[in-house]
Amino acid sequence: MVVDDDPALAEMLGIVLRTEGFEPSFVADGDRALAAFRATKPDLVLLDLMLPGIDGIDVCRQIRAESGTPIVMLTARGDTVDVVLGLESGADDYIVKPFKPKELVARMRARLRHNEGPTGETLTVGDLTIDVPGHVVSRGQEHIPLTPLEFDLLTALARKPGQVFTREHLLEQVWGYRHAADTRLVNVHVQRLRAKIERDPERPEIVLTVRGVGYKAGPT
Amino acid sequence: MMQPAVDFVRRGATRAVHTWRASLQVRVAITTLVLSGVVVLLLGVVVLEQVRSGLLQAKTRTSLSQLDFGLQHATEQFNAIGDSQSVESTAGQLAQQLAGRGADAQSYGIALLPTGGGELASGGDINARASIPTSLQRAISREDREAWSYARITHADGSTEPGLVVGGPVQTEAADYQIYYLFPLRQESQTLSLVERTMLFSGIGIVLLLVAIAALVTRQVVRPVRQAAATAERLAAGRLRDRMAVHGEDDLASLAQSFNRMAETVEKQISQLRELSRVQRRFVADVSHELRTPITTIRMAADVLHDAREDLPPELARSAELLQNQLDRFESLLGDLLEISRHDAGAAVLEAEPVDLRSVVLHVLESEAPLAARHSCVLDSSLPDAPVVVEADSRRIQRVLRNLVSNAIEHAEGQPVEVRLRAGDGGVAVTVRDHGRGLRPGEAALVFGRFWRADPARARTSGGSGLGLSIALEDARLHGGYLQAWGEPGHGSVFRLTLPWHAGGAIGEPPLALEPDPESSTAEGVAGA
Repeated sequence: MVVDDDPALAEMLGIVLRTEGFEPSFVADGDRALAAFRATKPDLVLLDLMLPGIDGIDVCRQIRAESGTPIVMLTARGDTVDVVLGLESGADDYIVKPFKPKELVARMRARLRHNEGPTGETLTVGDLTIDVPGHVVSRGQEHIPLTPLEFDLLTALARKPGQVFTREHLLEQVWGYRHAADTRLVNVHVQRLRAKIERDPERPEIVLTVRGVGYKAGPT
Repeated sequence: MMQPAVDFVRRGATRAVHTWRASLQVRVAITTLVLSGVVVLLLGVVVLEQVRSGLLQAKTRTSLSQLDFGLQHATEQFNAIGDSQSVESTAGQLAQQLAGRGADAQSYGIALLPTGGGELASGGDINARASIPTSLQRAISREDREAWSYARITHADGSTEPGLVVGGPVQTEAADYQIYYLFPLRQESQTLSLVERTMLFSGIGIVLLLVAIAALVTRQVVRPVRQAAATAERLAAGRLRDRMAVHGEDDLASLAQSFNRMAETVEKQISQLRELSRVQRRFVADVSHELRTPITTIRMAADVLHDAREDLPPELARSAELLQNQLDRFESLLGDLLEISRHDAGAAVLEAEPVDLRSVVLHVLESEAPLAARHSCVLDSSLPDAPVVVEADSRRIQRVLRNLVSNAIEHAEGQPVEVRLRAGDGGVAVTVRDHGRGLRPGEAALVFGRFWRADPARARTSGGSGLGLSIALEDARLHGGYLQAWGEPGHGSVFRLTLPWHAGGAIGEPPLALEPDPESSTAEGVAGA
């Protein structure tokens, strides 16, 4: 699903996406975005940040509130504030206009691909249990809902507990970037992940920061 | 041994000269002190002289009238001398009588001297022979009338004091004498010294009072001036809303008013300029943003055409290629324009976090490798073994280094490009060196200018927007670091990025020299910020 108010861009996106084998649907303003999302149940949402009506960030929150569907934001500003705000509202990735179609498609594919491990793989990190094929993370009997991206991030870290991952490494492994562009993506998502899985996000026990280098999964 | 004392005096003198120059109040007070001191001194001398001569004149007058009486009395006595009496004994009695006439015997002395010389008859405790000046004796003898003179009067006990001696002749048939009155001027000199003391103390008092008044008056004038200076200082420091307090309607109040009017005008002008430049920067930012959406569409359309160029006739295929390439340039220009407008607006935010600069450098070298390969240029790097963890915005540092490295590759003319990273106590430095044509004298200062190009002729072949180094400079400044350039024709050029250990922290001696080889080159052409 493409949410964008610029008809020319939307049409062009349609042409490119259809060429690449997607079946896009279009919404031109923020007010109707959530209804359209419920109606079409898309695999992925391309969301322009600046929309008439409700703006992109609010749309993003609304969708995230009821679904873990991957969201890629289109933004005209590479400014820190906008990007961080967008990511914090639940977007999985963002792409700054003007972008190359190939780059967009690569990111969409990365978001749609799932990191499939060996069947029946179960990981434990801290007091969390991760059922990889079932995409379920639980603490004791309690299930913790994660978006697919957050799940991938946690799984990547948990597969090699104690190993330090640089932000660039994580970008490559989880987001599928070849040339890592922006490490803010990692920072924001680690924070979101911590907010969900840590007992005290201020003092993380599962996803630990390694000063000057990156992150690692805490002691199992 | 004397050196400390000399130094002390010199320092004191320097400080005094400084105070004299710096403080109007001190200057006025000291001037008042000197001038009023001179005036009071002159006045004192004149008044004292007046008092002295007045006192002495009065004394001389009374002395002469007493002498007249004495002369008359002596004449009577001598005329009355009978045969039974000797002239000498009469003179002796006369001396005792006349001396007794004084309020007390100490107040003056009497001496009767035979004119031709001979035994002296005296009254009082004064040694008359020693006290009467011979010049006075001669004057009386010669002119045969009364005369007076100042002299030192010698007492019987040998002590002396200033005094007045008056004398006159007594001529009768029986005797020919000179009578002298010897008046000590003790009382007069006491009076005079009392007057002197009084005048000295009152003079000092008046001078001090004048100095105090001068200091006070100057203070009244100086205070508003100082206040104006302080306010001007605050205005200069950027607190444009500061004003002077206006009291009353005097000259100083009008100074304050004029000052405030000036400050108001300045404030208005500056805020207008600020508003203008804000609007302008805003405009640039908005334009850049507004351009992005249509460019995205164009970009995608161009990409579709570009991908399909093999199916197109050659002219159309080439057109698609040109479109694609120029869009790349256009985009990077737009991106740079936006970035520089963000710096201009002060909207650039530093996202500093601890980062190992070695990984940043390696990452940049890796991403620039394809460009280096196209220019058949070798990238050499020299990094420390230990991690160099600096608090920095890795995105910006990457951009700075990528810019420096790609510039170096483009200007290296196939020669190797060296990248060095060093850490030191004073900070961290990265140098990027090429051995290309280098910079002409003066160009090192220009390279950071916007849209500046080393060689206008080959300007458009390289992909840069012309804003890269300007942005790099701003990025370095944002970290509290700096970016400098060195270059010499034929010796290539060096760009050095110096960063503090903590964003905004202090930088000491950079751990890497900017000039590559001190003996082969002079320090010419160093510039930066």
